[in-house]
Amino acid sequence: MSAAQKPSLRGGGLMRLKGLVRKEFLQIVRDPSSIAIAFVMPIFLLVLFGYGVSLDADHVPVALVAEAPSPDTADFFASLESSHYFAPLHARTLAAAEQALREGRVNAIVHLRANFAEQLRWSDGAPIQVIVNGVDANTARLTQGYIEGAWGNWLARRTASQGQELATPVQLEQRVWFNSELRSRNYLVPGLVAIIMTLIGTLLTALVMAREWERGTLEALLVTPASMTEILLGKIIAYFVLGTGGMLLTVGLAVGLFDVPLRGAFWLLWACASLFLLAALGMGLAISAVARNQFVAGQVAIIGTFLPAFLLSGFIFDIDSMPTVVQGITHVIVARYFVSIVQTLFLAGDVWSVVLPNALALLLMAAIFLGITWRKSRKRLE
Amino acid sequence: MLIRLLALIHKEFLALLKDPRSRMVLIVPPMIQLLVFGYAATFDLKDISYALYNEDRGTASRELVAAFDGAPAFHRVATLHAEGEIAPLVDKRAVLVVLRIGPRFSADLQSRGSAPVQVIVDGRNSNTAMIALNYVRAIVDGFNRAWITAHGLPAPPARLETRAWFNPNLESRWFFIPGIIGMLTLVTTMLVTALTVAREREQGTFDQLLVTPLRPGEILLGKALPGFLIGMVQGTAILLIATLWFKVPLLGSLSALYAGLALFLLSGVGAGLLISSLAVTQQQGLLGAFLFMVPAVILSGFATPIANMPAFVQTITLIDPLRYFLVILRKVFLEGAGFDVLMGQFWPMAVIGGVSLILASWLFRHRLY
Repeated sequence: MSAAQKPSLRGGGLMRLKGLVRKEFLQIVRDPSSIAIAFVMPIFLLVLFGYGVSLDADHVPVALVAEAPSPDTADFFASLESSHYFAPLHARTLAAAEQALREGRVNAIVHLRANFAEQLRWSDGAPIQVIVNGVDANTARLTQGYIEGAWGNWLARRTASQGQELATPVQLEQRVWFNSELRSRNYLVPGLVAIIMTLIGTLLTALVMAREWERGTLEALLVTPASMTEILLGKIIAYFVLGTGGMLLTVGLAVGLFDVPLRGAFWLLWACASLFLLAALGMGLAISAVARNQFVAGQVAIIGTFLPAFLLSGFIFDIDSMPTVVQGITHVIVARYFVSIVQTLFLAGDVWSVVLPNALALLLMAAIFLGITWRKSRKRLE
Repeated sequence: MLIRLLALIHKEFLALLKDPRSRMVLIVPPMIQLLVFGYAATFDLKDISYALYNEDRGTASRELVAAFDGAPAFHRVATLHAEGEIAPLVDKRAVLVVLRIGPRFSADLQSRGSAPVQVIVDGRNSNTAMIALNYVRAIVDGFNRAWITAHGLPAPPARLETRAWFNPNLESRWFFIPGIIGMLTLVTTMLVTALTVAREREQGTFDQLLVTPLRPGEILLGKALPGFLIGMVQGTAILLIATLWFKVPLLGSLSALYAGLALFLLSGVGAGLLISSLAVTQQQGLLGAFLFMVPAVILSGFATPIANMPAFVQTITLIDPLRYFLVILRKVFLEGAGFDVLMGQFWPMAVIGGVSLILASWLFRHRLY
């Protein structure tokens, strides 16, 4: 009776396995919600991250206030107006500009005092007052940087036109490797491969398996000649194929539609993605085997895997800047290892010193999670 | 009627809280998440690992290096002696930044008044790279200012005096933690409500509920209240953690914040019930909730500003209740806003909540699968 006693994968085993895989596919195709997660959601996320979401601020609304307009103030403002980083808005008084900042109509104020033109000729220079809205600290920093850039250009132009030389002792030459234009899309879209595969591998798998536990259909399957190993294999194969499809779709769109360079070898990406998928599937099956209830499995899958894949994997937030305890937690997040691999394979190339350790970690985690699933599933039925 | 309704609410709470595992899942994870994500979600770089390749032996380069070593955000992990050592270190992500000072740096600085310094940044995460570059620039600017004063060089004719309102030290944690409050409240509310009707449908008890004397409006109320109350309790708990543990300043009106939370929960419960009444099985309910939540979080301006999105995406965000609640949270917390400034955020959530609740109660009666 028990699963362990059954011969697995001999004789009719392969046929049975084929039947089980077929059953899984029919279940996926016939349920609109799983189609939505497996196909609609990945495309939606890709389009959103490819076109919709960006950390690169453009056309930042800035209020420009000159208390006493003069050729000098106009000259300075021109350096801001000509830049595509700003959407300038002229305000007559500082109070009006501050009101606009409070109402959120502008993100920053550049304020030139009445004696700006005069102070320009003083020895310690004229102060230019800049106020930024600090609530969104990242945008505030970017805006500050853009204003500093415009100021620097203006200084260089002004001193050059007066036949003087601007004293900048140390001149910074910056080289950004791997992503010289600093396009945020180039790192967000590859990271999405990890998110989408977590979606299919963990969330969908956890729910489907938990439903079988909850409804008792797993026991029904077990009284057939199929063994537990075969049932699990059937699930793994079906969702592995689905997840690989999601990966190919993401990589294809990333390279074809969003112009993200793929500098590493495709086979290596495929191999690492397969390892990651195994770990993600193992996680989904382990969650469902422990929870055995759709509500709990769904909650755990979202809270324990999907959100961490977004927030703790290095997909958006830098892991090195997190406190030590949180950094420790990121080590048990499977997506962390894969995000590091995809970012490197896409933008830097085949860097074995990054790929190998991370791939090993993926292999280890896949083994652990599949092992938990196998043990838990057997125990429950004995 | 009131007794009937109370009985239904009592039953709904029992269904939710009876199972110790689902009770756990409702209470513990959101707290842990706020703590973990609260620390994780920041764009401030605390530990930039950098490598130094200094070919110069002069005092000026030593001063510049001292400025980097003294900066709390920078942490030197390697000192290089050959150009060939740079690429492997950057490739394997051992360092984020490489500072390269040429052999004639000090001499050029003394004789010609200016010298280049090369900075190499790993751009794999472009946002981190950009922030690191800003930090480098700030240190170099400080060095330049000190050099100009020390050597009596002419100062630039104008200088920037920058101040940040509402968040003077530009701590990105102050931006993200209010956002996490909104996100976690949404997740719990949706998960609780999206399953209520679907569970009964799947188990066949919804038909029984429909033939009781309860009217659809009453069923709706009975189904909506538990999610609403759980959201309120959870929202309060994470609000307390945000202010007491993370010390995010709460400057504005608490009543405006709670009015926003109530309306937000109304719209969340409405969306959850709408999904639940469309779903035939629990699985569809859960996945439906998920299909709503993920775009709702991404389009809300949680991590990436709505202003950076293209116009048509910005239009879509108008039906996202989280978008309005995040504005309320951030404005009340950091800008000290009250009801007057926030009216524009209140009514869209009320409309979203009202419309989805009406649709859901209509579907109770009319969707028989």
